[in-house]
Amino acid sequence: MRAAGAVDVAGHASETTLAPEKVEVQKGWGGQSVPRREDKRLLRGEGVFVDDVKRHGMGYLHFVRSPYAHAHITRVDVSAAEALEGVYGTLTGEEVAALTEPFFQISSAPGSQLKDYALAVGKVRYVGEPVVAVVAETRELARDASELVEVEYDPLPAVVDARRALEPDAPVLHEEAGGNLMWQGLYSWGDLDAAFAEADRVIEIPELHFHRFNSTPLECDGALVEYNRGVGQWTIHCNNQFPGFAAIMMGPAMRVGLDKLRFVTQDIGGGFGNKITSHPQLVVCCLLARKLNRPIQWTEWRTDFHLSMSHCNERWFRDTQVAVKEDGTLLGFRTKTLDDAGAWLRYEPLGGVIWAQVTPGMYRWRHIEVEFTQVVTNKAPASPNRGYSRMQHLWFTERVIDIVAHELGLDPVEVRKRNYIRADEMPYETPNGCVYDSGDYARMLDLALELVDYGSIPQRRAEARARGKLLGVGIGSTLDSGTNNFGQSRLINPDLQFSGNNEVATVKLDIFGEIVVTLGTTPQGQGHETTAAQVVADILHCPLEDVHVRAGHDSYWNSHAGFSGTYASQFAVTGLGAVKGATEMLAAEIKKLAAAVFQCPEEALELADGGVRIKDNPDAFLPFMACGAIVNANNAGLPEDLDVSLNCRYVYRPPFQLPDLERKYGNLTLTYAVQIHVAVIEIDPDTGYYEIVDYAAVDECGKRINPQIIEGQVMGATAQAIGAAMWEAYEYDEDGNLLTPNFYDYHVPHALDMPPLHTAAIECPSPFTPLGTKGMGEGGGAGIHAICAALQDATGVVVTDSHNPYQRVWRLLQEGAR
Amino acid sequence: MQIRVTVNGTTYERDVEPRKLLIHFLRDDLDLTGSHIGCDTGNCGACSVIVDGVLLKSCMLLAVQADGANVETVEGLAADEELTPLQRSFNEHHALQCGYCTPGMLMSATALLRENPSPSEAEIEKALQGNICRCTGYWNIVEAVKAVTR
Repeated sequence: MRAAGAVDVAGHASETTLAPEKVEVQKGWGGQSVPRREDKRLLRGEGVFVDDVKRHGMGYLHFVRSPYAHAHITRVDVSAAEALEGVYGTLTGEEVAALTEPFFQISSAPGSQLKDYALAVGKVRYVGEPVVAVVAETRELARDASELVEVEYDPLPAVVDARRALEPDAPVLHEEAGGNLMWQGLYSWGDLDAAFAEADRVIEIPELHFHRFNSTPLECDGALVEYNRGVGQWTIHCNNQFPGFAAIMMGPAMRVGLDKLRFVTQDIGGGFGNKITSHPQLVVCCLLARKLNRPIQWTEWRTDFHLSMSHCNERWFRDTQVAVKEDGTLLGFRTKTLDDAGAWLRYEPLGGVIWAQVTPGMYRWRHIEVEFTQVVTNKAPASPNRGYSRMQHLWFTERVIDIVAHELGLDPVEVRKRNYIRADEMPYETPNGCVYDSGDYARMLDLALELVDYGSIPQRRAEARARGKLLGVGIGSTLDSGTNNFGQSRLINPDLQFSGNNEVATVKLDIFGEIVVTLGTTPQGQGHETTAAQVVADILHCPLEDVHVRAGHDSYWNSHAGFSGTYASQFAVTGLGAVKGATEMLAAEIKKLAAAVFQCPEEALELADGGVRIKDNPDAFLPFMACGAIVNANNAGLPEDLDVSLNCRYVYRPPFQLPDLERKYGNLTLTYAVQIHVAVIEIDPDTGYYEIVDYAAVDECGKRINPQIIEGQVMGATAQAIGAAMWEAYEYDEDGNLLTPNFYDYHVPHALDMPPLHTAAIECPSPFTPLGTKGMGEGGGAGIHAICAALQDATGVVVTDSHNPYQRVWRLLQEGAR
Repeated sequence: MQIRVTVNGTTYERDVEPRKLLIHFLRDDLDLTGSHIGCDTGNCGACSVIVDGVLLKSCMLLAVQADGANVETVEGLAADEELTPLQRSFNEHHALQCGYCTPGMLMSATALLRENPSPSEAEIEKALQGNICRCTGYWNIVEAVKAVTR
């Protein structure tokens, strides 16, 4: 295992096999791989994660969960639990139904009809659904008491396979919705009839399946919730990664204004989207903190996380038809998408439109029709997971490319290059009105192929065969669209009142010259404290160590807005856009102040060496410490009209318009980072066991503020994709029991599982963002696409599933032998 | 039950429930929250500590089993300095992102390097096999450990 060769300005990985890209010489901190500033506390065991937060007299919460996939709740008796010494109290679904409103539903009808509460009310719909909450003096006692809660169920038949959910005799999860169909929409762009008439060939793909898994952050969900009875306000120490979303879900449900919900985070042990939808559990904590008049501590157990939190969207692509020319030119496709939301719509059906950010994938075809149908099943609720909804669609488009190449007997590299959107076409408007901001896909593919020494593949294939192994090469080319236009939610439900996006930063200069930055974001390892400081130091011309970025998020800082959080590949655009804006405001104020002090025009001033000076007279120098002291503590005699606070708040708002709802047309995301991966695998044909023997990942995400952090995101996304492709799956039996509820059965990759990795990067600055950056970090599932393609290449059999454990590969080989 | 445990050089006497896990004893009773919990099954290694010189997962041991033992946790690594060479190497090689697995990784790597100051890459990977990281893909962690081998 070796990480070799980033083609980048920093050149920190020196084992590159490639000539460095020409990159403009960087001045200042931006573009440098500055070691992370958050590391010291984390390395010393001094981070503050949610389970580290303690309060006097706090009670430990444990959930009693459903053992059935589908059942009526006929009786709940908490009296024995409450009678146990050391138990502080309980909360039942009946109480929740009385104390709260159902959560707001994003969906239009019929999904809008769901009555979703923080605990199961009257019925359970998946194994592991929270039914009762018990609070006790210790963790152990809370679990003991949970055993004493008596719940009687009247079991019902379950529907586990989405393809069964719409059959007339299928069990219905939500009677109020009249069936299991939640949302359906027809997306059609271009002229499908003309495309299919022009086609030399129509490739038919009966069924493709993208499987269920998630990123399993190592820290599970949790909260420490305090209720301030006097002011009616909750303080929610948590690891929720999108407090803005949690707030708009929780406030109306709890019948309180958002001022009553204070969210606080510091260090978060991984998120990957999986920590967006913890609002039901947070509501339970809030209700119990008020009911029992004591702080409530909830730390989710690993098994509970696997049973109930944020599985990625399982998706079927059926009856796909692809219109192609004999030479491999792609004209268009139509498909029927069936998406499995699990039991509840917690963030869904947004997945029903989010995929459309990347409608054509990387390719130039203009005629596309997708009939999107989302259903509920008796499984854990689906919610965002790294690459949310786009990953599924991009896997589909990559599968289509390789299947087309297979059917036409063409080289997958050539089919890609023939159809990739070209660098000279950027910015490129897709058939549905999204604008790909920049990129050079063909160049990236060349780099990736070079990193695995593609020219030697025929020889290596022969060598492998001589050893009794089947060698295969696969490409995964994919997009990481970032900075959502929330107006796309209106394609799901025209009545919604969301659009655009925003993020907030404040930058202030304090009495002793401290430059203090607060963010609205909730980082989970992305290094915001470091990259924000790099941007600030460059604008203020000061040493990096003079910039202090507060760790985490706190609603009390007033440095957040409706979409604040860390999700959907956007910090480098929205977060740093806000940081840049606030810092530029501060720089302007510093000059305004100095102009008053020095009695000179502002234009005569410049920021340098941690202060402000007159350009032509460097001796006239006011250090930041003096600026901070004058305004904050020594301001007598300053001109009355001098409007300077040295405490600047900036809200970054991307330039978005509402999409056209009739045509389902408009720009849904601001930036499109790119990943092109190549996997080389070897299969043992006797067993189906396979290994990745070589791997390349090439990244493009516009201007890079900290290349090392970006490469770290590429590596992490790659590892997760490899895990998902080979080992990780949430599999259910026909009764709806999860077969992989812990790390014994759900194998995530460990150090020995990692293949040799080569990385490289190019920069195509985004023309649309304040710093030329693009949001990145999700990786678009490139590794899944690449491994599927490599398996197909090695076996000669079309791969139709995103998850390919060894036994499935063995079956593929048997199919190929027939 | 009354137990007496030395952690990072400080001896603690506490009355604990016999069923309390060592990790909960460290985190809840001693407020040593550097060691973390990432699973219920002993797979993830976030709670790894060194007990009487042996690397152990502290969720797989009862607190009462540590009676009389000498326990080392992440908080004790850099007692006399800001960061140990291993910790510095993690920083330089970007071997951590969210940092949740990091204390366990450091303890596993520390135990390895005490036993074998010159491990091969394969030996490093094997030594870290019991520690799950979901952020980094391990490449930089292995590089960080490799950089402090002799």
